[in-house]
Amino acid sequence: MEKKDLLTISSGEQAQPFNWSVGRYGSKFLTELRDHKKILGIKCPSCGWVYVPPRRVCGKCFVEMSDWTELSPKGTLMAFTVLMFSFVDPDSGKERPVPYGYGYIRFDGADSSFPHFLKETDYKKIKIGARVEAVFEEKRRGHLLDIKYFRIIQE
Amino acid sequence: MGKRVAIVGTGQTYHKSARLDVNGIELINEAVTRALEDAHLTIKDIDAIVIGNMDHFEGINYVDTWSVDGSGGFMKPILKVTTGGTTGTTVAMAGYYHAASGLFDTVLAIGWEKNSESDTTGAIITAFDPIWDRPAFAGAVAGLAIEASVYMHTYGVTERDAARVSVRDRKHATNNPHAHLRGEITIDDVLRSPMLSYPVKLLDMCPRTDGACAVIFASEDRAEKITDKLAWVWATATRHNYVYLGDWDLQGLRTLESASKEVYQKVGIREPLKEIDVMELYLPYSFAGLSWIEALGLCKKGEAPRLLWDGVTDMGGELPINPSGGVISCNPIGATGLIRVAEASLQVRGKADKRQVPDARVALATGFGGCGWSDVMILRKEKR
Repeated sequence: MEKKDLLTISSGEQAQPFNWSVGRYGSKFLTELRDHKKILGIKCPSCGWVYVPPRRVCGKCFVEMSDWTELSPKGTLMAFTVLMFSFVDPDSGKERPVPYGYGYIRFDGADSSFPHFLKETDYKKIKIGARVEAVFEEKRRGHLLDIKYFRIIQE
Repeated sequence: MGKRVAIVGTGQTYHKSARLDVNGIELINEAVTRALEDAHLTIKDIDAIVIGNMDHFEGINYVDTWSVDGSGGFMKPILKVTTGGTTGTTVAMAGYYHAASGLFDTVLAIGWEKNSESDTTGAIITAFDPIWDRPAFAGAVAGLAIEASVYMHTYGVTERDAARVSVRDRKHATNNPHAHLRGEITIDDVLRSPMLSYPVKLLDMCPRTDGACAVIFASEDRAEKITDKLAWVWATATRHNYVYLGDWDLQGLRTLESASKEVYQKVGIREPLKEIDVMELYLPYSFAGLSWIEALGLCKKGEAPRLLWDGVTDMGGELPINPSGGVISCNPIGATGLIRVAEASLQVRGKADKRQVPDARVALATGFGGCGWSDVMILRKEKR
């Protein structure tokens, strides 16, 4: 059989939308972000780690958390990359634009990191340890991308 | 304590980027048929089947049910196990557990993937949290690049050091007829290859492959009656540690450190570099061939580049790593971990042909998946 006769069948323009529950903890974070541009973390009563995003249980200690804490929108870049290749974004079904900077930000006062977009896309200009700041969208909807990206700042 | 268990047969498909000549069922059957041939068994000798893949790559769920024509699972106990990138090694562990339990004597473990059927990066993203991680995440390449950025920053390791890992694995692959990529490459080839996600370039990264692997486990009641070329499972361990990508503690692959320590303790290994003869490691990109062998205790943190440049991990070196060419040369994801176990077993069974490490008696295989999960299985020639 010739190669051209080995067929593939496309799934077509399929769309299967989901409605994911964010829960009390995540919803509080997202509504505060939307309404007041606030970044909230939550502290484990056992190990003392401050997590962003906030969640109900510290997995390491397996205890419930309830100690909310407001954090600065500034932080430190702990790790980064700059994406140069495009791929299909499963949420939109479309190619995600590249290049884009992607970094792990540790908000001042937090212990976990927070992965998000970086404004800078030239990897030569990005250094681990750089100070960064959240830049918010004008119109916010209660979504992670109410933070547009993080920009590098000089202090 | 469970029964002692040995690997008595393995089978791998012809691996390439797109196996358009077969569907998933037929691909699975190719590996199963070869494993049965290797063990001189028929499907009637198989008491139970464990099968796994990452079904979001194909968009077809429940392979345990729809693949029975190919797997041989018709009217048999069949169980699906899927744990992301570690699926292949987890399938091996579950096969081992079945045989060790005493409830099944001969167990067929199958891992497979048809990566050609979707966008691999897009599919991988769907394995991560939709609220907090998906919107900005870019799959395995970006996740691994993040790890590399920290490793380079902490220890001053270079892109050139990492390239040495790709050069080794691709050279080893020239001895393996089952490897997907079988062309040798140079350090400069790696450094000049297109940047995918800084600092990870095309030739630092594993390919996406269509392929399947099958491994037959037999309990001590059965194994020696099947063959005298056996790979006994000596110990195994697994670790998962966090949910959200940002919870990573930035300290390398802690799960691998912990799982390998448990395995070494179980079998009494103190100096893995000296006491283990060969390793088949799930190294999906070049930097892992440095950072993760430190996690395995082969050297101190930041010292792996020296082992690589000194040829310690090459064929003929003190501890050859990835005689098969590893994941950088072949990556049918749901099969990838099981291929590590199969290749490690071929080494201690003395059946690895041109990629055989002379007199290999102890072999270690690993599996990796995100968020930073690890499986470890150690095999040996002697029964004990």
